Parts: sequence; structure tokens; C-alpha cells
Amino acid sequence: MKDFTEIRWHGRGGQGAKTAALLLADAALASGKYIQAFPEYGPERMGAPVASFNRISSSQISLHSGVTSPNIVIVLDPTLMDSVDVTEGMTSGGTLLVNIEKTPVEVRAQFGIDAGIKIATVDASKISTETIGRDIPNTPMLGALIKATGILDFKEMIDDTKKKLEKKFRTKPEVIAGNLKAIERAYSEVKI
Amino acid sequence: MAIQNKAKKPGWKELPEGDLIIGGGTALEFKTGDWRSKRPIFLKDKCIHCLTCWAYCPDAAIITQDGKVVGYDYEHCKGCGICYHECPVKGKAIMMVSEKEAKANEKK
Amino acid sequence: MANEKIVARTGNEAMAEAMRQINPDVVAAYPITPATEVVQIFAGYVADGIVDTEFVPVESEHSAMSACIGSSAAGGRTMTGTSSQGLALMAEMLYIAAGLRLPIVMADVNRALSSPINIHCDHSDTMMVRDAGWIQIFSENCQEAYDNMLQAVRIAETAKLPVVVTTDGFIISHGMERLEILSDEDAKNFVGEYKPENYLLNFDKPITVGALDLTDYYFEHKRQQVEAIKDSKKVILDVAKEFGTKYGRTYGLFEQYKMDDAQIAIVAMGSTAGTTKVVVDELRKNGVKAGLIKPRVFRPFPKEELAEALKNVKAIAVMDRSDSMNAQEGPLCVEVKAALFDADIKVPVLNYIYGLGGREIKLEDINFVYNELTDAVSGKSKNRISYLGVRE
Repeated sequence: MKDFTEIRWHGRGGQGAKTAALLLADAALASGKYIQAFPEYGPERMGAPVASFNRISSSQISLHSGVTSPNIVIVLDPTLMDSVDVTEGMTSGGTLLVNIEKTPVEVRAQFGIDAGIKIATVDASKISTETIGRDIPNTPMLGALIKATGILDFKEMIDDTKKKLEKKFRTKPEVIAGNLKAIERAYSEVKI
Repeated sequence: MAIQNKAKKPGWKELPEGDLIIGGGTALEFKTGDWRSKRPIFLKDKCIHCLTCWAYCPDAAIITQDGKVVGYDYEHCKGCGICYHECPVKGKAIMMVSEKEAKANEKK
Repeated sequence: MANEKIVARTGNEAMAEAMRQINPDVVAAYPITPATEVVQIFAGYVADGIVDTEFVPVESEHSAMSACIGSSAAGGRTMTGTSSQGLALMAEMLYIAAGLRLPIVMADVNRALSSPINIHCDHSDTMMVRDAGWIQIFSENCQEAYDNMLQAVRIAETAKLPVVVTTDGFIISHGMERLEILSDEDAKNFVGEYKPENYLLNFDKPITVGALDLTDYYFEHKRQQVEAIKDSKKVILDVAKEFGTKYGRTYGLFEQYKMDDAQIAIVAMGSTAGTTKVVVDELRKNGVKAGLIKPRVFRPFPKEELAEALKNVKAIAVMDRSDSMNAQEGPLCVEVKAALFDADIKVPVLNYIYGLGGREIKLEDINFVYNELTDAVSGKSKNRISYLGVRE
């Protein structure tokens, strides 16, 4: 893993882009990293394009400006890609992870993604619908992200998530199982 | 009062912090009796001890003992005359006189 | 260092966490973006019985500070939180709290002042009340926000002065970071019990609070207040020293970053100081002797100490996240320059007004400032005041 990683999440208001960034930060913190997670704040409207950000490093992060050249970009809603340039500022060698039923080759062709950018795809909406019962792609995206980038240790992350879910959903074991299953499935189903 | 005014006021290092006045009932130390131009005189024989004057006095200058008026605190009475005005006794149990004359009579 | 717990928290959560551990007697507050969460989270602790605090939901910030003044004068450990327009609405009461020497501690999330209406970070709100008589402590990140809140209680109660601890709106208040928190017991022991010398509810020792002070006493009380805030420098350092010894994180009146041999230096407060450190590190790799001074306390202003720290640099840039509307410079620069003047230090001092209304301050911007300083050292004349990041 690189010593300093910047991540941008794209989603629509209400889709959990902010929560995803917080979840990732929490998981990274549990594995001993220094972290930042922050959303982009504007007029908050359900459905409008929104972004959130992470910084992950093994040393203290004092940088407090916005993320403008992310190493990793994660798109929770592929319909955004028609109107938002999700690869803006991305560095060569960076990874674009999209929640979509298509393959990376298809995505590259359809959206004309630069050859220097690695693409990973996973149908996180389908996975979350089948495992959690609702289209909340942010949790499975964490699993896909780890497989595609190796940013965290998968086992550490799944153990930490399990611990946190058990605390939060003590009375709903089905929620815990569903979420963990979603992460595991996305980890194994992501196309690189 | 006049003497107090001439006393040296404390400097900033000596004052209690935060504009506090330490201790209660400090208004007692502030003598206002010399503001008076009219002096109430207590007419003991006429007083029915209804305590109306005591209730109305804005400066708590009516002195009572065992529920009865015994006189006035001239160190604080400013001579406003509210006690005289409110006294319900026919012909009033309080007489307002000129402070100057009262003082002159005291000296005699 | 023992017993510390590492968690992920936003600045607002960090401040609320500190408030939970402080467990004040009274919190009176009114919500305002981006500080709402501080008190909202704390109100949750009150509702859940996690703290013993009397929470007073009021109808305005003016009332919030009024209630705080009443509570503090009565003898209670008192806290509140606000931002921007809320702080502005409190302004009248802030002077009263300070004049009465009440050790109220406030969390203030820096946000621009209207108009135009804006919810994002700049330092206009805090700067507006800089002369109110409050100790003002700026935080670079979530960790500092948390640590400063705990220290503020001790500082306030020792110096008998109110303290405001600030974070940068959204950048810190809503940014999640790694936070080391003390154990509840350590925090409790550190802040200790509040034992006011004089308070209204002490029936054995009655006092009058807020008596009329005319031409004969007002000046003496103000003179006394100024001395107290001047003396609070020592209190701030003592509290910081104890905190550092016990928990390993050191604080002072300001932080010096790579200043030992610095030829050019930026003076910046809040989150921008953190971003500046990244640029300093990069410049140092290229042999540029760049340094940073991050004032932690703006009031009391550490003038002699700051001049001493800056005495060997060849050029200085002062970053102001607010403007003084055609005073000599921005508020921080005015202070720095005056400090240098009194210390007979005559080097180019450039002032940069930046980040108003949350305008992004990037690494390139700070790099540009250091380049300007290098130019200034080599004798090129520069604008006294520049507006960094504004569209021409």
C-alpha cells in the first residue's frame, strides 16, 4: 500500500457517499492508519451529485485542503458519469471503482476513460439488494475497494466491521450477517 | 458621607476582581441622609402602627420594633415624603419639616 | 499516554466528547451551523443521563450567553457553543462575561459573517470579538480541538477569564480524523473540581455581581481585566505543561514548525497551518529554509515571544482568514507587525487575506506565498497586502 492515499467518492444526495467515507476511515483507523474523512458541503438535496473524501496514511496527516488529485475514485451511482467528470484530477496509475453491472472494458469504452487509469467494476446494488434487502451500495463497495486496491487488509477490515455492526445492531443479527455477506461477495465478485 | 468622598479610592490592584462587591448589606455603608431637604418627624401619639409607611418607604428607613414604628433612620432617609403621603391617619402621624430648620433646632 | 483510546471523530464530535468528560454543571446554547452538532451531541448525553449537566435550551445566542453568565456567577462550571452570527448575537454578553471575570468555556466553530450569507469557514466571527476580553484559542485539527477544550476549563478557572476554543468550520468541525482521547478518569482528574472563590449561591459569603461602575471605578476594573488576560499567558503555559507531561502532547502560546534555521516564515492559524506544514516539508527537501509559526492563542497575544521566534527570519508572510476592512492589514498581521516594530525587527512582512467564506486554500497557494517570500528576501518589492485565491 502507498503511504499516502487520497480517495474521492461520488454519489447522489442520500446514497451514502459520506457514510461510505466515514466507514472506510473507521476501518483504516482500526488497522492503525491515520485518517481523514470529509464530505463536500453545498446545498444538500436528495439526488443531487455529491462527493466525499478520504485521506489514509501511516503517518499523521496535517494537510487540510480539499482532495483535488485522488489516487482512487469510487462511483456509487454510474448514472452520474454522464454529467460528472469522475476522473477529474486523477493521477495516472489511479483506480476507478464503479458500481455497475458492466465490465471494466465496457466502462472504459463507454466513458472514454484514460488508459493510465485502472478500472474495477462490481454490481454492488445487486449484491446489497440480495444480501441486505435494499440498494445501499456503500458497504459492499468497501469490499470491492480492498480487493481492487489493497488499501487495507481484508481480514482486519471484516473483523473490525463485524465488531462495529455487532455493537450497533445487537438485536438484529440478520443485518450484521447481510452486511458482512455483502462485503465478502463484493470482494470476490469485483472485476479488475 | 462627605468624609467618605474625600477618602482615597482603591487603585486597580486593590479592588476585588470582576467588579464584585464582597459581603452583603453594603448599602448600609452608603449614607444618603444628607440628600434630605425635608425631614419626617414621627408623631408617636397619633401613630396607629399600621406600618403603611414601613411598606412604602423606598429606602427601608422606617425603624420598627416588635411590629411598631419607633422612629426613622435619618442616616438613610432622603426625605422623599412618601411615608407622609401614604399615612392613613387623619391629620397624619408624620410631620414634614424643613431640614434646615430641624438642624437649627437640634443645635439649640 | 496511558489509558488513551484511539477513535475516529469529527471536530464537533471531539469537542462534544471533551464536554462529556468535563461534565459541566450548566450548558446553555442555541444551534447554528456548523457548530450545531457540538451541543446537539452533548444534549444527547444529557437526555441519556450520561452527564449531570443542567441543559438550558434558549431562544437565541444572546440568551445562551446570558444564561451562561447567570450560571457562572451562581458558581456553576458553565459551557456553550456557537458560530458566526450566533457569536455576533452574543457579542454584548461576551463583554459582560469577561468583565465579570466568569470562567465560561465556549466552543466556537469559525464561520464567515453575513453578508453575503455563507456557512463556511473563515475567522471573521472570532476576530470580531477579539477585544471582548476572552482568551481565544485556535485549533489546527480535531485532536487540538479536544485537547484545547480540556485545557480551557483549567485555564479559565485559574485565570478567572472566559475562554473560547475555535475550530475551522466544516474543514475541522465536519472532518473526521484520528483522535486520541483520555480515559474518562484521566480527563476528570485533569480538569478537577471547580471551586470558585466567590459565587452568588454561597449564602455564607454574600456578594454583589455587576454593580454600576461610573467614572470613578470603571477604568480601574478594566485595567485589572487587561492585567488578568496578560497574566493568563503563564496560566496557559502552566496548564499546557501539565497536560504535556501527563499525556505527551505539548502545547504553548504558538507552535514553531522548523523555525530553528528558517529564513522565510509563514504565520498562520487553524487548519491552514497544517496544510502549510506539508509545503514546508516539501520546500525543505529542496533546500529552502522555510518555517511556520502557528499562533495557538490570539488573546492574550504573545507579542514578545513571537518577536523572539521571528528575530532571525529574512521575510515573513502573515495569513489572515478575515479582513479588517482597510485597517493597516488583517487582524493577525497588524498584531505581528506591531510586535516586530517593538522588537526593532525590520524585515519585509507580507499580508495575505485568504479563504474568506470557505474559499479553498491549496498547497499551490501556500507554495506561491513562500515563493513571494524568497523574492522579497532578494529585494524584490511586493504588495503589502494580497488577496490569495480571489478571482480578479
